[in-house]
Formats: sequence, C-alpha cells, structure tokens
Amino acid sequence: MTDLATTEAASGVALAETDDSTAKLHRNLFIAIAALLVVAPFVAYPVFVMKVLCFALFALAFNLLLGYGGLLSFGHAAYFGMASYVCAYTAKNWGLTPELAILLGTAVAAVLGTVFGALAIRRQGIYFAMITLALAQMVFFFSLQTPRFTGGEDGIQAVPRGKFLGLISLEDDRALYWLVAAIFLGGVLMIYRIIHSPFGQVCKAIRDNEPRAISLGYRANQYKLMVFVLSATLAGLAGATKAIVFQLASLTDVYWTMSGEVVLMTLVGGLGTVFGPIAGAVVIVAMQNYLASLGSWVLVVQGGIFVLCVLLFREGIVGLVAKWIKKPL
Amino acid sequence: MKLKTFLATSALAVLLASPAFAQQISVKAGVLNDRSGLYADLAGEGSVVAARMAVEDFKAAEKGIKVEIVSADHQNKPDVGSTIARQWYDQDGVDLILDVPTSSVALAVSQITKEKNKININSGAGSSDLTGKACNANTIHWTYDTYALAQGTGGAMVKAGGDSWFFLTADYAFGHALERDATATITKAGGKVLGSVKTPFPGTDFSSFLLQAQASKAKVIGLANAGSDTTNAIKQAGEFGIVAGGQKLAGLLVFISDVHALGLQAAQGLVLTESFYWDRDDQTRAWSQRFAKLNGGKMPTMVQAGVYAGLLHYLKAVEATKSKDTATLMAKMKEMPTDDPLFGKGSIRPNGRKMHDMYLYEVKKPSESKGPWDYYKQISVLPAEQAFQPLAETGCSLIK
Amino acid sequence: MFELLGIPPQALFGQVLLGLINGSFYAILSLGLAVIFGLLNIINFTHGAQYMMGAFVAWMALNYLGLNYWVALLLAPIVVGAIGVLIERLLLKRIAHLDHLYGLLLTFGLALIIQGLFRNYYGSSGLPYGIPPQLSGGQNLGFMFLPNYRAWVIVASLTVCIGTWFLIEKTKLGAYLRAATENPTLTQAFGINVPLLVTLTYGFGVALAAFAGVLAAPIYSVNPNMGGDLIIVVFAVVVIGGMGSIMGAIVTGFSLGLIEGLTKVFYPEGAATVIFVIMVLVLLVKPAGLFGRPA
Repeated sequence: MTDLATTEAASGVALAETDDSTAKLHRNLFIAIAALLVVAPFVAYPVFVMKVLCFALFALAFNLLLGYGGLLSFGHAAYFGMASYVCAYTAKNWGLTPELAILLGTAVAAVLGTVFGALAIRRQGIYFAMITLALAQMVFFFSLQTPRFTGGEDGIQAVPRGKFLGLISLEDDRALYWLVAAIFLGGVLMIYRIIHSPFGQVCKAIRDNEPRAISLGYRANQYKLMVFVLSATLAGLAGATKAIVFQLASLTDVYWTMSGEVVLMTLVGGLGTVFGPIAGAVVIVAMQNYLASLGSWVLVVQGGIFVLCVLLFREGIVGLVAKWIKKPL
Repeated sequence: MKLKTFLATSALAVLLASPAFAQQISVKAGVLNDRSGLYADLAGEGSVVAARMAVEDFKAAEKGIKVEIVSADHQNKPDVGSTIARQWYDQDGVDLILDVPTSSVALAVSQITKEKNKININSGAGSSDLTGKACNANTIHWTYDTYALAQGTGGAMVKAGGDSWFFLTADYAFGHALERDATATITKAGGKVLGSVKTPFPGTDFSSFLLQAQASKAKVIGLANAGSDTTNAIKQAGEFGIVAGGQKLAGLLVFISDVHALGLQAAQGLVLTESFYWDRDDQTRAWSQRFAKLNGGKMPTMVQAGVYAGLLHYLKAVEATKSKDTATLMAKMKEMPTDDPLFGKGSIRPNGRKMHDMYLYEVKKPSESKGPWDYYKQISVLPAEQAFQPLAETGCSLIK
Repeated sequence: MFELLGIPPQALFGQVLLGLINGSFYAILSLGLAVIFGLLNIINFTHGAQYMMGAFVAWMALNYLGLNYWVALLLAPIVVGAIGVLIERLLLKRIAHLDHLYGLLLTFGLALIIQGLFRNYYGSSGLPYGIPPQLSGGQNLGFMFLPNYRAWVIVASLTVCIGTWFLIEKTKLGAYLRAATENPTLTQAFGINVPLLVTLTYGFGVALAAFAGVLAAPIYSVNPNMGGDLIIVVFAVVVIGGMGSIMGAIVTGFSLGLIEGLTKVFYPEGAATVIFVIMVLVLLVKPAGLFGRPA
C-alpha cells in the first residue's frame, strides 16, 4: 500500500537524507525565490502576487500537516478563515496596527488548532479528514450566525491597511507588498526549519510507521498534535495576512470549498515536497484569475485537475521535477 | 530599462494617436455578477446581453462613443469580486462596473469603486445600505432594495387585509434585515407580527418551520429569505396545504426566475414586489421579446432590465458631458432625469438611489396563465416616493 | 391540556414525525456511504452529486421522455448506478492499490465536475418537479396535517433500508460481500469474483443515493447544489454512527434526523450545528463512533 504522503519516496527519491548537494540546491532555490519576490511587483500586478503569496503560505501550512504529519485535513479553512476574521475585526474595530492584528489572528488560529487538533487526531485517515471537515463546517455556521463579530455574509469590509508599526502607511500596494513578501519568506523558512529539525524527523518517523515510533518511546499523539497546531497557526498567518491585503474577511474563507482548494493546490504542486505548494498556489490562483469569466467551467476545470492529478500525476509539478533531477525538493 | 522603453513608446503612441481620435470617447464597462451560482439565472449572462442591447439601442458608435463590455463571475464571494474589481480598475482600464448582485459583494465593490474614484451602477443587490450608511458618491443603486420590497409586499398585504404575520427568516444578516424592514412597515400600516422563526441557512427542509407558522394562525407567512431557501419553502408550503388552508405566502425577495423555477403549480398565489415585469406594457414587451431571443428564450428579470437602463443612462451622461471624469458624470447622471423604455421616467437621488415605481404582483394560477412566462397579475402600483426610504432616514453621509 | 417545555404534545409529535422524515434521507445516504466504504474503503465524496443526479434524472425522464415519478424511481437508480459502475471501472479501480485518501480526492474532483456541468446546463435556481398525483393531498392526523408524500418517504426509505440490511446480513450474496470486506484475497481464492463484487457494490451504493434523490425531487428544489452541503452533514452522521454496521448507519440516520427536528422546535438557530456538536461529543466519548469497531 502506498501512503498518500510518501509518493515521492515510492518514486525512488528519498526525502529524509538531505546531503550537501541537496542543501546547496535548496539554498539556491531560496535565493531564487527571494529574487523573484523582489522582481515580481514590478512585472506583475502586485495585488495578484500578494494573493498568490497568501495562498502559497496557506498551502505550505497544509502540506506541513499532510506531508510531514501524514494527516489529510479537509477543514483547514477554519484556521485560515478564523484568523482572517480576528485580524480584520481587531484592525477595524480596535484600531490595531496591521502587524498586531495579524499576530492576534494567528494566535487565535493556534488556539483553535489546539482544540480541534486534540479532537481530530483521535482518528486517522479518512475519519480524520471527515472530522476536520465537520469541525470546520461548525466554524462556518458560527461565523454565519454571529454577524456582530463576522459581519455575517457581508463579511468584515473596508478593513484599514493601517500603518506598519504605526509608522509606515501600507495604503500603497507596493508598500504592503514588501510586508507580505517578508511574511511569506519568513513562513517558508520556518516550515523548512521545522521539517529539517529533529522534531520534523520524528514526525516523519511517526508518519511512516507509527507503532514503531511509539515503541521507540515517542509519544506519537503529542507529536501529531504539535504538527497539527503548527500547521493551523501558519494557515492562520496566511489568512490574517490575506485579510489585510484584500481589506476583507468573508465567509468564503471559512467555507469548505476553501479547504478543498488548498488540497488541490498542494496536490497540483506536489504532496510532501517543500516547494510544491508554492507552485500549486501559483497555478491554481492564476487559473482562477484568468478563467474568472468562464463561470461554472472553473469548477469543472478544477475538478478535472483533481481527477487528472490523482490518476496520472500524483507527484505534482515539483514532485515530477524532483524525480527528474533525482533530488528532493 | 525595457519597462521604461515600453512605457515611453506607449506614451508616445498615445500622444500621437490622441489627436486623430479627439472626438472619440471610449468607454469600458464591466458586468460583474454571478455567472455560475444561485443568482446566475437572475443576473448572469442575461445582464451582459442587456448591457450589449443598451449599447446597441443608444447607437453609441454613431455618436462617437466606443463602448467595450467585459464580464466576469464573482461567484457571490466578496473576495473574488473585490479582486476582479481592483484588477479591472487598476489594470484593465474599466470605467464603470454594472450589476453586482449579492449584497456582500456589492458593498465590497462599491467601496473599491470609491477608493479608485470610478463609477458603480448596481442593479442586482438588495441591501439598502448601498444608499444608506454605506453610501458613497460613486455608486448608483438602480433596480430595487430591501426597503422597497418590504414596503411593497408588507404594506400592500396589510392594506389588502393581511394584517397578522409570521416570518420564516433565514438566519443570516440579510434575512434579519428583510424581517426588520418588513416588520417596521407592517406595524406602521396597522398590522401585527405574531412571531418569527430563524431557519438555518442554507436550508432544505422547512416543513418544521411551516408547521410552526401554520400553528400561529397568522394570515400571512412572510418569507424573509432568498434563492433556493425561498423556493424550497414555497414548494413545501404547497405540500402542507398552507395556501389551501387560507394563509397567504409573501415572498420578500422573489424574482421571476424563481417563479419560473418553481412552476405555477407551486408558486400560485404568492405575492411579491418587483420594479419591472416584462409583460407590463408595449415597450417592455417589445424589448423583452428582443432580449429573450438573445438569451435562450428566457425573459428578462428586473435585475437585467436595471443593467440595461443603468448603462443607457450612463451613456447619455457621457454624450451630454463629452467627458469621462467621474465627478462630472456622476453630477450629470444625478441632475438629468432618467428615461428609458423599461422603468419609464425617474430620477436619481443625491445618495445614489434611483427612483421609480414599484409594482406588487400576485403569481397567477396555472389556469390563468396564457403561455410560458405569463406569470404575474398586477395588484397595485407603489409610487417611488412611497416605495423608497425617505432621504432623511437613510443615514447616508452624502445628505447633510 | 398539559404542555411539554411550552410546546403542546400534539405539535411535538408532529415535529418528531417530520424529523424522522428528514432522517430517512440521512439514513439512505449514510447507508450508501457505509456500503461503499465497507468494501472499497473509500469515502465517496461524489455521493452528494449522485443524489443530485438522481433528482435530475427524474426531472429529465419527466420532461424529455414523459416518464412519470414511479418509473423514475426505478429508472434513476439504474441510470445513476450504471454511471457509478463506469466511474468505478474507469477511475476508482486505477487507484484501488493506493492510499484510500486518494479515493476521497478523486471523488471530490468528480463531484466538482458533475456539479459544475449541471450548473452550466441547468442553472442554479432549480427546476420544478411536482408531487405525483397519487400521493398529493394529505391526512389530517388530528395533531398535524401529514402530506401523503411525506408518509410515503418514510415507508419507502424504511423498506429500502431494511431490504438492504436483509440483503447484506441474511443472503448468500451478502455473505460473499461481507467475506470480501474481511479478506478480499481469501475470498477471491474461493472462486468469488471480488473485482466484480466491488464494482457492483459501488454501483449499488450510488443507486441508493440516486433513489434518495428521486424521493427528494418533489419536496426539495431540484438544483445542482442540492447535494453539496447535504453530503457534509451526512459525513458527520457517518462519523457519529461509525462505519461498523449497516444497521448502525440506518439507526444513526433516523435518530439524528429526529434530534435535528426537535432542535428546530426548541432552538431553531442551532439546527444547523446540532449534528456537528453531537459529533464532537461522540468523538470525545467513543472515538470509533457509536456502532464502529475500534480501529
């Protein structure tokens, strides 16, 4: 039986061993990403790039749980959306500066992740997916029915972008862009560190063979919960940032289709690869953007991509590249 | 470097080109609405068809105005809608955005329009906040709003003897707003509200709530919901013999596309308010028949009619002022009386509210209907001044 | 006249009955999911879309072919079940050897495609479908007006549920099925065509969804989104019941419909969330679900 999260291992690329040349490759890739981030706002529409970055971070967070915890969550919209609400609410109604609002949103996502994680990790596999989905749906109904906090179906609109640290105005798209780019890069580096830390190694061990890891004395559930919380927190960071970028937090962010989208991004980019979710987010966000006039066909195309990826293309874009250059990405 | 060269060349090109087209004004209008979801039938592609008809009927090309129409699907999501709106204004040179059903998206787009100082003529959304506490100098709200619907349906029903009400209210802000507005109207008209029940949104089964409504013995059951919630509730009310038992159903937000979806068997006897019905007079009939040919046989909804009339009015203002300056155009549009075949003569208030009469209709029995789309009989006309919220009460910051 | 928590007992009884009717849909749908899960080990995310297809086939049969409700009740499960068989043969089979989560993702993608296509062709406001004339009208039971059609829904779903239970627990075919669930390799070795059994099971589970769709067509609006949200509630029902037994799925379906119905009377605002709250409580006490076997 092939494990969902370890397709790349099955395709002959070992992920755990990060030898020198791989480390160098990764470092170069990070430099390339940083360079791209610097150039991007001058060639592309900054708001679009910021949207891609937020979703890329969201997908990375999701992938942390799936790729390194072996748990497929179908309810990540809950953390993304709740953080987005908290951030928007505090920035608008309490007048918090953007960085504080984002931090607060992220913190709430962490708390929510702890509660839901503790419930959900009692089951695995498909049950885990269904439980996370149902829990997220609860958050959706909560958001729908507390218009005083969430603005109901109108969402929280006209969220002020405010001044970074109370000094630098973020009203200009370019100015905001640098903050978003910094958050994104920080998030990516953090995830990379987590994966390659001893903690990350234990998580992988649990993912690959839980009974064995337990017999070696690791408390598997604690590790799983930890990785769940980290993933929820980072998803929250992405959601909170998105609220500042679009000056809006809405029900879309907590609806289950959002959870589906992040799964799709990760799947397209490559499950369990470090860089895959970024590629996936670029592809899916760009597709939604350019196909917007097609209406329901977007749904059909998305579904088609899902089916094709599962049937023929399980490694995803980055997974395929990794296979081709025989190095984990 | 490359970028600079490019900018320089294009600037030069514009400079060279502009004298040649000095007389030509080109306008880019974006129809932003739901093309795949709940409101795709009442707005959707039909609104684009309506916009194209406006350009055609205005004979824009002959008057030296070049109009381009673009469209996109906002999927009823405020974030998708605001992304598209931003991009249209920032990048694609769109001058005005039309339609925008779904209040949440409409409020977001109106906000961005203000920020970017462009023009937004809303037809599809219901929220009276667009010309109330969220009003701005860049937005016109054309077709209807929740206040007018409540006035029409609520007020007229009480007058007709339906003086005790029970509400089935979709449990979200829009449903609450509908109930609140209708309750105010009903009590003002001398009726009373016996009770209401908040139904989960979106809901499929309303039988339990309908039984509660039945038990209340209210003369009218008000449906403060929209879309498939409304159609499901109406369908099930028929099943439980509620209309047959003497209680009346009043839909606070029902479009002709909903009635079409329900079929007359299920929808008969329903009372509702609209600002446009295709079969009202010769002009609306002639226009609607043309429209239906272009729209797969489907008759226009009031939302689609509003897109047509709104764009027509905008183009008239462009012709009159020979300008594309937002402030000039908005001033002209508000100053100039509106006149079109679909809504007749009217005006636009300082808060952006388009004023026209509203009509109270009752859905025909299957036996009364003479053919497809023959759905309504008119009960009464509500003059614009009564239908829409008095300016002073709107809470709009533009009125001082 | 005594009252129970402020509600007259007659009204309460009426609401209980209505709850059971809604429970019928949960029961048939979660039964279908359970049957498929038992043998294929996948959660069929397309179930909601297939339920919707059932309703649409009924509508098409009436409007394109002039076939009435009763024919549709037979025809829709066959047609949609046949499509299910195709899906299993052409798609699910290819990923049967992989992690079961791929099945979830694949069926999720299929659900998006099917919903999107139906929306493109039929729009989203829904299509009219009347109650069959034989079942129109209703009975005045004294405490409530019970439409004949609703009574029929309970009877039909109970019959189908019990029939399915009997088929699986008491017949030879059911025995093969259970054997294949326990140990497919061994069952195959006994000369039973397990792949065929898998295909037919999927087709049968899907047919159940379509049957529920036809049952729903006259009372709920026939529209492309009708299954999308329902399926998540059914997922919660399945988590609560656990995937242990066929009877478990049926009982959980009906009882949750009942609980939801009562919530609509006492605390309507909570009706949308009550099932999810119960799910959390059950998970805290019995992670495997009420009828599930511990993993």
